[in-house]
Amino acid sequence: MSLPDFDPRGQGAIDPPTFQEPWQAQAFAMVVALHERGLFSWADWAEALSTRLAQPDFRHDAGNYYECWLDALETLMTRKGIADPDHIGTLAAAWQRAAKATPHGKPILLENDPDRN
Amino acid sequence: MAHHHDHDHDNELDPMTARVRALETILTEKGLVDPAAIDAIVDTYEHKVGPRNGARVVARAWSDRQYADWLKQDATAAIASLGFTGRQGEHMQAVFNTPETHNLVVCTLCSCYPWSVLGLPPVWYKSPPYRSRAVIDPRGVLAEFNVVLPQSTRIRVWDSTAELRYLVIPMRPANTEGLSEEALADLVTRDSMIGAGLALAPGAA
Repeated sequence: MSLPDFDPRGQGAIDPPTFQEPWQAQAFAMVVALHERGLFSWADWAEALSTRLAQPDFRHDAGNYYECWLDALETLMTRKGIADPDHIGTLAAAWQRAAKATPHGKPILLENDPDRN
Repeated sequence: MAHHHDHDHDNELDPMTARVRALETILTEKGLVDPAAIDAIVDTYEHKVGPRNGARVVARAWSDRQYADWLKQDATAAIASLGFTGRQGEHMQAVFNTPETHNLVVCTLCSCYPWSVLGLPPVWYKSPPYRSRAVIDPRGVLAEFNVVLPQSTRIRVWDSTAELRYLVIPMRPANTEGLSEEALADLVTRDSMIGAGLALAPGAA
């Protein structure tokens, strides 16, 4: 008996929320929005996503599905010359510094990054 | 810059949130995404589309022979007539369960799924074990969902693509004559429309 790691129970009972965290919803919606804007065909997207999901680090319980989703989107944007990984990494670090520099309770803005020049 | 010194009142962005914000910043600056449109899409998929849409399609097919025939011949149009249209330009195909044939849907390559009628897929649908085993051992997979079919029932597995998505029309349960479409729709579970379940018996809903 090699039962898989997926848990088929709970069907029809209480489903978990569609997205576990807000960033997953944002990453999901960006793909839908960019497709609707005509940046790529849905077949292009499915190809990018399936390539990423075929990597061995995609977990058997699909727990890192939206990490892979975001990877696939970044790859597609890089291929289209719209973004590149270095720029994304630099900006992500800036967002993290901005968050740290933002007083609790205030909105986090990229302008709050102390290293911004 | 300071290293980690976590105070629980500090604002911290986890790495994934920061990456998403970074990409969104780039795309917004280039005028490719509009944050308000992003929020609207999230709201749609969190609150507006889900398996209740598909259940209405199934209940109509059970109640209306002409509709069922239309659904068989042109599922995209028959489903759109109830107000459910896909946003990815995909075509729909309805596959009808019978005593002879049970249908099961999978996406072996990624996670293609009929969003307009079922919402976003459950986690197990996206998992590698389901995606591979549904093809290799559909009867074994069904058993894990507590679906045991007669040996004489053939199981047909449909592999979804970006262009073509499948909706399983489960068999109408016994003793449901005279039920309204609304009452029938309550018997239609999400899993029954993937083929990983059966419609509920009346009284079990």
